[in-house]
Amino acid sequence: MTRAGTLRVEAERLGQSLPALLAEAERLSSALSLGLHGRKRAGQGADFWQYRPAMPGDSARSIDWRRSARSDAPFVREREWQASQGVTLWVDPSRSMQFQGASARPTKAGRAAVLALSLGISLLKGGERVGVEGQGRPRAGLAQIGALAQALGVLQGDEYGRPSLKDVVTHGRAVVISDFLGDLAPLQTALAQAADKGVRGVMIQTLDPVEENFPFDGRTIFQSVGGGISFETQEAGDLRARYLDRLAARKAELAAMARALGWHLMCHHTDAPALPALLWAHQALGQKR
Amino acid sequence: MNAVAFVQPLLLLGLVALPILWLILRAVPPAAKRLRFAAVMLLLGLKDETRQADRTPWWLLMLRIVALGAAIIGFAGPVLNPTPQTPGSGPLLVVLDGGWADAADWGQRSEKAAAILAEAERAGRVVALVQLTQAPQTPVFQAADAAIARLSATEPAPWAPDQMAGWADVLPDGDFATFWLSDGLNHPGRAALRAALAARGDVRVHQSPRALLALSGAQIDDGAVVLTLQRPLGGPAARVEAIARGPDPAGIDRELARFIFDLGAGDVQGEARLLLPPELRNRLNRFEIPGARSAGAVRLADDSLKRRKVAILSGGTAKEGLTLLDQTHYLRQALVPSTEVIDGALGDVLKASPDVVILADVARLTGTDTAALTEWVEKGGLLLRFAGPRLAASDVSRAELDPLMPVRLREGGREIGGAMSWGEPRPLAAFGEGSPFQGLEIPPEVTVSEQVLAQPDPDLAARTIAALADGTPLVTRRELGAGQVVLVHVTANAEWSTLPLSGLFVQMLERLAVSAGGAVPKPETMKGQTWAPLRVLDGFGIARPGEDLAGVDGAVLGGALGTGPGADVPPGVYTQGARSLAVNVVTAQTVLAPAEWPAGQAIEGMQTDGARDLKGVFIGAALVLVLGDILAALWLSGRLGAAGGRVAGIALALALAVPLNPRSALAQDSAADPARDDIAIAATEGVVLAYVRTGDAALDDLSAAGLLGLSDRLTERTSIEPLLPMGVDIETDELAFFPFLYWPVSPGQALPSPRAYDRLNAYLRSGGMILFDTRDGDLSGVGTATAEGDTLRAIAAGLDVPALNVIPADHILTRSFYLIQNFPGRFDSPVLWVEAAPAQAEAAEGMPFAPQNDGVTPVVIGGNDWASAWATDEYGVALYPIGRGAGGERQRETAYRFGINLIMHVLTGNYKSDQVHVPALLERLGE
Repeated sequence: MTRAGTLRVEAERLGQSLPALLAEAERLSSALSLGLHGRKRAGQGADFWQYRPAMPGDSARSIDWRRSARSDAPFVREREWQASQGVTLWVDPSRSMQFQGASARPTKAGRAAVLALSLGISLLKGGERVGVEGQGRPRAGLAQIGALAQALGVLQGDEYGRPSLKDVVTHGRAVVISDFLGDLAPLQTALAQAADKGVRGVMIQTLDPVEENFPFDGRTIFQSVGGGISFETQEAGDLRARYLDRLAARKAELAAMARALGWHLMCHHTDAPALPALLWAHQALGQKR
Repeated sequence: MNAVAFVQPLLLLGLVALPILWLILRAVPPAAKRLRFAAVMLLLGLKDETRQADRTPWWLLMLRIVALGAAIIGFAGPVLNPTPQTPGSGPLLVVLDGGWADAADWGQRSEKAAAILAEAERAGRVVALVQLTQAPQTPVFQAADAAIARLSATEPAPWAPDQMAGWADVLPDGDFATFWLSDGLNHPGRAALRAALAARGDVRVHQSPRALLALSGAQIDDGAVVLTLQRPLGGPAARVEAIARGPDPAGIDRELARFIFDLGAGDVQGEARLLLPPELRNRLNRFEIPGARSAGAVRLADDSLKRRKVAILSGGTAKEGLTLLDQTHYLRQALVPSTEVIDGALGDVLKASPDVVILADVARLTGTDTAALTEWVEKGGLLLRFAGPRLAASDVSRAELDPLMPVRLREGGREIGGAMSWGEPRPLAAFGEGSPFQGLEIPPEVTVSEQVLAQPDPDLAARTIAALADGTPLVTRRELGAGQVVLVHVTANAEWSTLPLSGLFVQMLERLAVSAGGAVPKPETMKGQTWAPLRVLDGFGIARPGEDLAGVDGAVLGGALGTGPGADVPPGVYTQGARSLAVNVVTAQTVLAPAEWPAGQAIEGMQTDGARDLKGVFIGAALVLVLGDILAALWLSGRLGAAGGRVAGIALALALAVPLNPRSALAQDSAADPARDDIAIAATEGVVLAYVRTGDAALDDLSAAGLLGLSDRLTERTSIEPLLPMGVDIETDELAFFPFLYWPVSPGQALPSPRAYDRLNAYLRSGGMILFDTRDGDLSGVGTATAEGDTLRAIAAGLDVPALNVIPADHILTRSFYLIQNFPGRFDSPVLWVEAAPAQAEAAEGMPFAPQNDGVTPVVIGGNDWASAWATDEYGVALYPIGRGAGGERQRETAYRFGINLIMHVLTGNYKSDQVHVPALLERLGE
C-alpha cells in the first residue's frame, strides 16, 4: 500500500490505544464508586438535607410549598452542601519512564498513565475537578476524560522528569507519579511551592522490578534510556549491595520529604496489579489533613 | 622416512611476529555488554571493588597464537614426504602415455611434467617431450622452454598408447635419461620400449596410484541392460555409480537412470544390471561414470540397445468386425508400445531388416519365402511362430523337421477341458533354468485348452523353454545359424488359451523380442561402406559433433570395433544410413591389466604416496581454532547463555566435523530454502496481485506500479485489500499463491522453458488467470501482427489455452462490479479476447444475457497497456498521462473500473454471474 495508507493505519492504531487506556482506566475506576463529598451540612448541592422553618431573610422562592402546606408554618427545603476538589495530575513524561525491564511488563510510563487516568476518571465521576499539569486549571465533567487521556500520552525527550505544580488550585490536591530516579531538587522545589498554596497530595513512585533487584553480572555498560548517561563497570554483581543501599536511601529521602509536607508516598512496581495502588491513592486523596 | 618440506618457506618468517602479537593481543579486554537501565543515576560514582582481569586469559591468547601459527604454516605450503626431484644432467626425454587412462588425472600429470621440465630448464638440460599415443617419430631434443610451451597444448588422446613398439624403433641415438609418466596399464610393446630406453640411459618411471575405471561393455541380456565396469588396478571395496544418459522427449540430454556397481576389495571387474522400460532404453545414447573425466569411463550406445523392428504376418484373411478374434490383435496390442511393427508381405518386410518376424498360424511358405527367411534367421533374426488351426491341420514339420520350425509336430493336436473332452484346462509350469522367461510370474488364470503337440525327440527337452504343468512343451526354441526359431504351441489369440489375455503374454513377448540382439557387424561385411562420424569423444570423455570429420571406411571401422579406436578412428558414434554404430575406447578385445615393469625398475609415485600436501590440514586447523576463539570470546563476555551454549556446542561439533567429512556439507543442500519460504509467506498473507517478470527492468517497474495503483483502487473501493504486488519468475517461483498474473508482452521476450510451461498450464487449470497485455493497442484487431503479437503467439503456443472469442457484450467482465462496456488502458481498443462460451450456450428465455461458461476465463488477452493507465507512485499519484484533459481522466477511471471488474471476476468466479440471475430466480420462486 502507499505511504498515505500506511500513515492512516498507524494513526488509527495509535488512536485505538487511547480507548484501550481509557477502558482499562474505566475498569479500574469502576471499582471505586464514590459520590460527591457530602459535607454533612446544609449548603449548595443536589441532594436533600433537611426542612427547616423559614426565617426572616429567606427568599420566598426558597420556601418549599408542599411541605409548608402540611403544617401551619412555612418551611424551607435545604440541600446538603457538596463541594468539589480540584486535583492536578503530574505524570513523569521523561525517557526514564519508558524503561521496561521485561517485555511481559508494561513500561513504567504505561503503568503511570493507567494509574493517573483511572484515578482521574474515578475522581471526575465523583464530581471532582481534575486536570493535568500544564493543561490549565482542573475542570469537572466527564468530557474532561478525553482531554486527560490525550494530555497523559504526551512524552518528552528529557532523561529524567522535572516536576512542576503550577496549575494546582489553592487547597487543592495533587498527584505526582514518577520513578523519582533523577535529581530530587526540582521535586523538592515544586512540592514546596505547592505546599505554600496549601496543596497536599500523593506521590506514587513507579519502579520496574529490575530496578529493585539489580539482577546484573559481569562487565557491563549501563546506559540511561535516552542514551545520554552511561556508566561502565567491570563486575556488575559487586555493585548490587551498594546500589540497593542507594535506592533505599533515595526512598527514605522521598518519605522524609512527603512526611514533612503532609503528602502520602507509595512505591508501586510495574509487575504488581494496578488496582491496590489505585485504591490506596484514592483513599489517600480523600483523607483529611 | 618422514620429511616435511615447504612450498613457500619464506612465509615461515611470519612466525617471528608471533611474540609481538602476544603482547598486542593480551592487552585487549573482553567486550562489555551494553544495557539500558533507567536507574543509572544511582550508579554514578560507584567504584569497582575487584578489578576483573581486563587482559585476555592466557589460554585464549594461546588459542589465538596457535591459530595464527597454523595459518602461517598452512600458507607456507607444507608437504609431507616430498618427492625427490630428478638429478643428473644431459638430455632428458619426458615420455607421456597420454591415452584415455591419463585423462582422469591429466592436471596432476601435466603439472608433474611441467615441474620436471622446469627443473630441467633451470639445470640447462635439453629435453624432448613425447606423447606415446601419437604416431611414432624420432624425438628431437630442444631447449626446455619450447617443450614447456608444447606441454600446455598437449591433451590426452581418447585411445590407448598401443604403438609403443613403433616408438622403440625410432628413438634417437646417443645417451639420454628418461622420465616416463605411465598410466599404469599394460599396453602392448611397453616392455620393448622400456628396454630400448634403458639401453640409452637411466629410466625413471612415475606412476600415480589412483582408481582407474573403465566401462567395458553394455549389452542387452534378457531384457536388462548389463553394464560391465573394469578396475584393472584394483582398489578397496567401493560402490561406483554410473549414469545412463539420453535425450528426453524434447530432445534435451538428460540422466535417464543410474547403475550401481558393487565392487569388493581388490575386485577388477563389476557388473550392473538395470531393467529399463523399452521407451527409456531406446533413448539411451551414453553411459558414464560421473566425475571420472576419461573417455574410458564413457560408453556410447548404438543400435544394439535400440527399439526392435517386428514384422507380423498372419495366415488368416482379415475378417471385418472380428477384431478380438484376429490372430494378430493381441500381438499388436502387446508389441506396439515397445517396438516398431512392420506390416506387409514377407518379401517386403524382410527388406526392412526386421529384428523379429512373427508368423501367426502361418503353415506353408513358398520356396523363395522359406529360403529368404532362413537366410535372414541365420544372420541373427528371430522367427517367432504361433500355432493355430491351420498349422494343426497342415503337414508342416510332421515327418521331418521343417527348417523354420523348432520341433516336429504330431498330427492333430489335442484338446483338453473342452466340451467334447475330459480333463481340465492345463495351467503353466514354472519356467525352468535357462529359459528366457525365467523369473516371470505365472498368473493362475492362464490356462491352455488346446495346443499342437511336439513329437518326442531326443532333443525336445533341450528345446523346450516353457511347458504346461503336465510337462507338455508350450514354447520351443531352436538355434538356427546366428538366429533362432521359436514356436508357441497355442494361437496368438484367445481361442486356444487364455495366455494372450494375460500380462504374462506381454512379458514373454518382451523377453523374446529384446533378446534378439543386434549382432555386431563383422568387419568383412562392412567393407566398402563409408560411415560418417556423428559424435566423437575427446580424451576426457566429452562428446562433440563429428560433422567436420571425414567418413571412415567400413573395414577400418570394423577393425576399430575389435582392436579399439586410434587416430584414424576416434571413439564415437558412426552412422551409415539408418544404422548407427558406437566405437568405444574399451572394446571386447581390450585387455586391461596393470603394467608390469622389470624387476629393479624404480617406480615413483608408488612408494611416494606419502607425499601429502598438509596445507589443507593446517588451514583447516586454523579455521577450527578461530571458530573456537569466537565461542570462547562470547563465553568470556557472558553472551553465551544456556541455550546459546548448546547451539555453540553443536556449531563447534559441526565445525570439527566439516573438514573431516566434506561430503556432509553437500548433503544439506536439500534443506528447504528459507528465502523461498519467505516469499511463500509474504504471498499468502493476503491477496497479492502478481506480474510476470520479463527481464526488462523498466517494463517490470511499470507492471509493479500498475498493479500498485490497481491494488490501491481496490482497497479504496471494494472489500478486496491486496498487499503489495509481487513479481514472479515463472521459471522458479511457485505460482499457486497468486490468483492473478499480469503478463506484459514485449518483443524478444524469452520463451518459458518446458518446465515453466508445465507450471503455467497447471496454474491455468487450477483456476489461475493470466492477463496478457501486448501493449500495442492494436494487436487484437484480427490480421494485424505486431512484434508483440508475434511474441505473444509464440508464448501462448505452449499454453493450454481454450478457444477464445472477442468479449461479448453480456460477458461477466462487463458487470462483475461496475457496469462497463469498454476496457481501455492507455489505448482504447474495444477488442478483448476471453474464453469462448460453449457452443450450446444460448440466451435463455427471460434471462438478461446468455449463460456464460461457469468458471473464470483462464486468459484475457488484449493490447491496451493497462499497467500504464493504472500505474501510480507510492503516494497515489498517476505516473503516466492518459489521453487529454478530463476525457483522459475519464479513460483512466474506466481503466481502473476494468481492473476492479477483472479482479472481482478472478476472486468471485461465477458468483457475480449467478447474482444476475437472482431476479429471475426470485420470480420463479414466487410463482
